[in-house]
Amino acid sequence: MIFLRRRLPLLITMITGLLFAGQYYVPHPSSELLLTSATKWLQIIGGFALVLGITSLFHQHAVKIRRQEAGWGYSFVLYAGVFVTVAAGIFARGKESFEGAMTGFGWVYSFMLVPLQGTMFAILAFFIASAAYRSFRARSREAAVLLVAAVIVMMGRVPLGEYLMPLSGDVSQWILNVLNASVRRAILIGVSLGAIALSLKIIFGVERSYLGGGKE
Amino acid sequence: MKAFLNILNVNAFTAFIFLAGISSYSLAGAALPAPVELQVIDTPNDGGGSLTAIWAPSPADTADAQYQVLLGEAGTDPASLKVIAEFPANARYVKDAKGAWWTRPAERSWHHYVIRNGKGVDLKDGTLYAVTVAMRRGEERVVGPLLQATPSPNWFNWSQVNNLILALGFGALVFYTISHAKRNNIFLRRIPGLDAVDEAIGRATELGKPILYLTGAHDMGDPSTIAAAVILGRVAKRTAAYETELMVPHREPITMAVCQEITKQAYLEAGKPDLFKEDSNFFITSDQFSYTAAVDGIMLRKKPAANFFMGSYFAESLLLTETGASTGAIQIAGTDSDHQLPFFVTTCDYTLIGEELYAASAYLSKEPVQIGTLRGQDMGKAVILSVILIGTLLATVGVATGGSWPQLFLDFFKDLK
Repeated sequence: MIFLRRRLPLLITMITGLLFAGQYYVPHPSSELLLTSATKWLQIIGGFALVLGITSLFHQHAVKIRRQEAGWGYSFVLYAGVFVTVAAGIFARGKESFEGAMTGFGWVYSFMLVPLQGTMFAILAFFIASAAYRSFRARSREAAVLLVAAVIVMMGRVPLGEYLMPLSGDVSQWILNVLNASVRRAILIGVSLGAIALSLKIIFGVERSYLGGGKE
Repeated sequence: MKAFLNILNVNAFTAFIFLAGISSYSLAGAALPAPVELQVIDTPNDGGGSLTAIWAPSPADTADAQYQVLLGEAGTDPASLKVIAEFPANARYVKDAKGAWWTRPAERSWHHYVIRNGKGVDLKDGTLYAVTVAMRRGEERVVGPLLQATPSPNWFNWSQVNNLILALGFGALVFYTISHAKRNNIFLRRIPGLDAVDEAIGRATELGKPILYLTGAHDMGDPSTIAAAVILGRVAKRTAAYETELMVPHREPITMAVCQEITKQAYLEAGKPDLFKEDSNFFITSDQFSYTAAVDGIMLRKKPAANFFMGSYFAESLLLTETGASTGAIQIAGTDSDHQLPFFVTTCDYTLIGEELYAASAYLSKEPVQIGTLRGQDMGKAVILSVILIGTLLATVGVATGGSWPQLFLDFFKDLK
C-alpha cells in the first residue's frame, strides 16, 4: 500500500521529471513528439478533472441552498446559468453563429459573459485609484519615495505631464530602465533559483508534502 | 572545432565537383573569384530540415558584389538550381551568427548561410540536396563547386551545453548544502510575512471568522502553485490546531484535488481529523474574472479575518486584495509575478516577494533539509552576482581592446537556443 501511495508516485515524478528536463536539450522531432504527447495527456487528464471540479461546485451550492446560507439566492442563479448555457450550447451545437445569424449560445457569450467580464475588469480602474490613494500618503520615508517616483513616472508618461515638467520624460525613463528594471531582474533571478531548487526537491523526492500523506 | 562538427554531420558530402554546365553561363576570364573552400553541412544542433553553407572570405567581398545561394535536389541538372538567397558579399559572416564559440562551424571571418524551410524552400530530412554558392557583380557571375548534403535532425543541442552544465552545477550545490545543513545549524533571516502567519490565524480564531487561502492562477505544473500548495499544508495544520475554519477556492480542479489531500493530511497530523471538511477546498471556475467576482463575493459575505494570496496572479490581484482590504482582513500575499508585486505591496499587510514564496516552506517547517536548499539558492545568487561583475568587466575590456577572447567567458553564460 505504501508503495502505491508513496513510492510509485515519487518514482513516476522522478522519471518524468528527469525525462522532461532532458527533453529540453534534445532538438530531435521525437523529443518534440514526446512533449506534445505529454501535453495532450495532461489536457485529457484535465478534462476528467473538470468533472471533479463541477461536482465540487454543484455540491457547494446545493449545501448553500439547503442551509439557506447568506446569498443562497445566487446559488440558484449559478444553477440556472449553468443549465441554460449548456442547453443553449447543445441546441446551437457549440457554434456562436450559424449561417451569419447569432445562436442563443453566441448571444449568452456576447451579451452576458463578455459584458460581465468587462465590468469586472473595469472595476480595476477604481481600485487602482483607491489603492494609490492609500499607498501614496507620505506617512513614512519609503512611502514618500514611492510618491515622488510615482508622480515623476505618471507625469513622464503623458504629453501634458511632460509639457508641465519637461524633465519628467527622461527621468521617468531612467527610473523605469535603470532602477525598476534592475530590481525586477534581481527578483527574477531569485524566483528562477527558487523555482529550480523546488523542482529539484520535487524530482528527487526531498519535497513530498504536495502528495499529502505526510512522512513515511 | 571544425573537425568535431564535421564528425557530427556525417551526411555532408565533401567532394568538390566543378560545374561544367553552370560555368558555361559565367563569363569567361572573369575577374571575380569563385567562392572557395565551400562546405555544405547539415545544420548542427537542430531538429532537422536545414542545411548550412560556409565558405572562405574573398578579396572581392565588397558591397557592390553579391553572393547567391543555389539549391536543388541532388542528381538534377545543375543549371536548374534555384537561387534561394542573394545578399551583399560583405555580409553574413560566422561572427554575425548567434552561436557560442564551441559550436562555430568555421573561422569568425568566414561566410555563413543557413538554408531553412519556408519561402519556396522545402527541405526534407534524409533527402540528398545539391547546393552551391555563386558570386555576382553586375553582369559577371562565377559559381563555386557543387556540393551535396542531407539534412537530418540531431539528438543533442550543443549550444545548450552551458545551460546543462550550470543546471547540473546548481543541482549539485543544492544537494551539497542540504547534506551540510543536516550536520550544521544554518542562520535563517526573519521573514515578517511568514512570522505573521500565526498572528493572522490567531486573529481569525479570536474573531471566530474563517481564513481564506488562494493558490493562484496557474495549475499544478507551475512551481509557484506547488509552493502555494506546500504552504497551504503548514497553514492548514495551524488552522486545525486552532480549530479555525479554512476556505480554499480553486481555479483548477487538479490543484483542488491535490490541495484536498494536503489539507486532509495536515488535519491528521494536527490530531484533528474529525474537523477536516472535504469541501474546505472547492472549485469555482477557470475563468479569470468570474473567479474573481466569486471570491470577492465570499470576502464580502463571509468576511474572513485573514486572506492569503499565494502563487501567480494577473489582473485579478488588485480586485481581490482591494476587496479584502475593504473588509478589514489581515492580508498576506506571496507571489513570483513581479508585475503584480506593486499591487500586493500596496494593498496587503505583508508580501512575500519572489523567492520568499519558495522559501516559505523551509521557513515554516524549519527542517534542515529544506533550510539547506535556501543556502544553496543563496550561493547560486552569489555565483550569478560574481558572473555579472566579471562579465561586465570582461565585456568592457573586450570593447576597449577589440579582443575577442572575453567571448570565451561571456558565451558560457549566454542563453543560446
